[in-house]
Amino acid sequence: MNNPPVAPGGNGSGASRFRFRSSDDRINWIAYLFVLPYVVFFAAMIAYPLGYAIYLAFHEWSVIDPAKPFVGLDNFRRLFNDSLFWKSLRNTVKFLVVNVPVTVALSLILAVALNRPIQGRTFFRAAYFLPYVTAGVVVSLIWQWMLGAGTGIVPRFFEFVGLPKIGWLTDPSWTMITIALMVAWKQMGVYIILYLGGLQGIPRSLYEAAELDGANGLQQLWTITIPQLRPITMLVVLLSTIVGFQLFTEPYIMTGGGPLNSSISVVLYIYRVAFERLEFGYASAIGMVLAMFIMLTALAQRILLKEDTGR
Amino acid sequence: MNKPSSTSTWKIRLQSLASYTALIIGAIVFLFPFYYMVVGSISPANEVGRIIPSRIDLSSWDYMLSRIPVTRNLLISFLYAGGVVLSTLLVGSLTGYALARLQFPGRGLIFNVLLLTMMIPFQLTMIPLYIMIVDLGWAKPGPTVLLGLIIPGAVNATAILIFRQFFLQIPRDLFDAARVDGESEFGILARIVMPLSAPAFLIAGLLTFIGPWNEFLWPLLVTRDVHWMPLAESVALFGVGGQTGGAASRWGTITAASTTLAIPAVALFIFFQRYFIEGIAATGIKE
Repeated sequence: MNNPPVAPGGNGSGASRFRFRSSDDRINWIAYLFVLPYVVFFAAMIAYPLGYAIYLAFHEWSVIDPAKPFVGLDNFRRLFNDSLFWKSLRNTVKFLVVNVPVTVALSLILAVALNRPIQGRTFFRAAYFLPYVTAGVVVSLIWQWMLGAGTGIVPRFFEFVGLPKIGWLTDPSWTMITIALMVAWKQMGVYIILYLGGLQGIPRSLYEAAELDGANGLQQLWTITIPQLRPITMLVVLLSTIVGFQLFTEPYIMTGGGPLNSSISVVLYIYRVAFERLEFGYASAIGMVLAMFIMLTALAQRILLKEDTGR
Repeated sequence: MNKPSSTSTWKIRLQSLASYTALIIGAIVFLFPFYYMVVGSISPANEVGRIIPSRIDLSSWDYMLSRIPVTRNLLISFLYAGGVVLSTLLVGSLTGYALARLQFPGRGLIFNVLLLTMMIPFQLTMIPLYIMIVDLGWAKPGPTVLLGLIIPGAVNATAILIFRQFFLQIPRDLFDAARVDGESEFGILARIVMPLSAPAFLIAGLLTFIGPWNEFLWPLLVTRDVHWMPLAESVALFGVGGQTGGAASRWGTITAASTTLAIPAVALFIFFQRYFIEGIAATGIKE
């Protein structure tokens, strides 16, 4: 209470120091009581397991074998020569190559359409958001049913309108594409909302000026809307990339990773190694490599966001 | 302005037509699977998969109830998601308050650690967490399964950030006045901040709820006993198991169970749409 009000640490709001000293600026020791539950949670459920995972990655740690020797970098060396690990990485790349552009293009188109003076905006926005709040388990099962070879409604519809027959979940060259499209469908609602927020931030004057110059709607989209939305597009690309790295439920349910491992994702592979082959050490090493990819993506997101807001 | 007005209205009409076409095709693609699921669950067994069945038949629902312990699974799902929401709101609001409104050495550190934890994927820590849960005896069939489900996800960083953001916007004078009156920090949080922040609690609660409600991977590790698993897991395992006779009755059961699992989250979303969307737009962060 009678501490000098000049706060030494933390992100004290500098500007306020030149105004009246508010009670907000005094050091409040009771704050530690407020953050204690989170600190305990962080220590027990994030920091400790993280350290434990790193420990596991350097050990041969099998559930059934009581001997758990330190093996140095062996797990990582093994990973380098593990064709199934590389397969799961290539599958992830295939997923991203399909999922990310489709997600960006379609959510942008729908957001632009929604941003016009139209009837039923709330209805449309809710419709696009619905798959996001629905369990991955549910949408995977329903799409698996709808895409089912021969009997599914999608193949029947394709046959009816004369489109080619596609082995959505049976042809190894298609399985990952199918899953990538389905996940785009599931996640798009979030990105539409992010784009809508971005669209509302574009100054009207830009369009008015373009109008005077005689630019048509499509030209305005290319020269104003899309460049102005660049920060949002960055965010959408990075968020959907992270979703791609974490893919599990959809291949687990729709294809089981097959046929011929054509749809095995990195997380599905970790799950197999850890909980079917019971090799926790090796699974943790794969987990660390995956985490590195995800953290680099997240870091890129943070840096790009800072750059964009900093200007 | 000086163009012939007939051309520009024609143009606007064309743009509107293009917009509505995109929006309506979109709405069909987004909504049809939900329609098809619900209709599939109320079709007679030999008509599951038709777009319009000849009559309504609830035998798939009866079949589901005899095949999956839905009531138990639903209860566990509610306790699991409810537990996560409660602890997140409690711990999240306390932490968010301290980060937004209290001055203490280490505040910046905690905030940065918080941002850092959002980058650590759960898939890395899940193996150690599994070992810990097993060692604690929380993976055995029984009520302790709930602890195993809830504790590792008991707080999420997104909720803390939502609270912090919201609390930062409350005018300073309110805090100064309350402190002059001798109100304790807990008193300020409970009697001044909380009543003003109902939307923050609603937004954080809703966004948190759909996580555990829909979660599949973590429950799959914690429990394999059908009487002690949340509904998302039992529906998934029924779906991939393929253990029933006849494809038609199998998909009838799956659509009924999927509908049951989807309804609470979808209903919450439809009821509180504004808050969901506000939350997503504000954080730009998911899950």
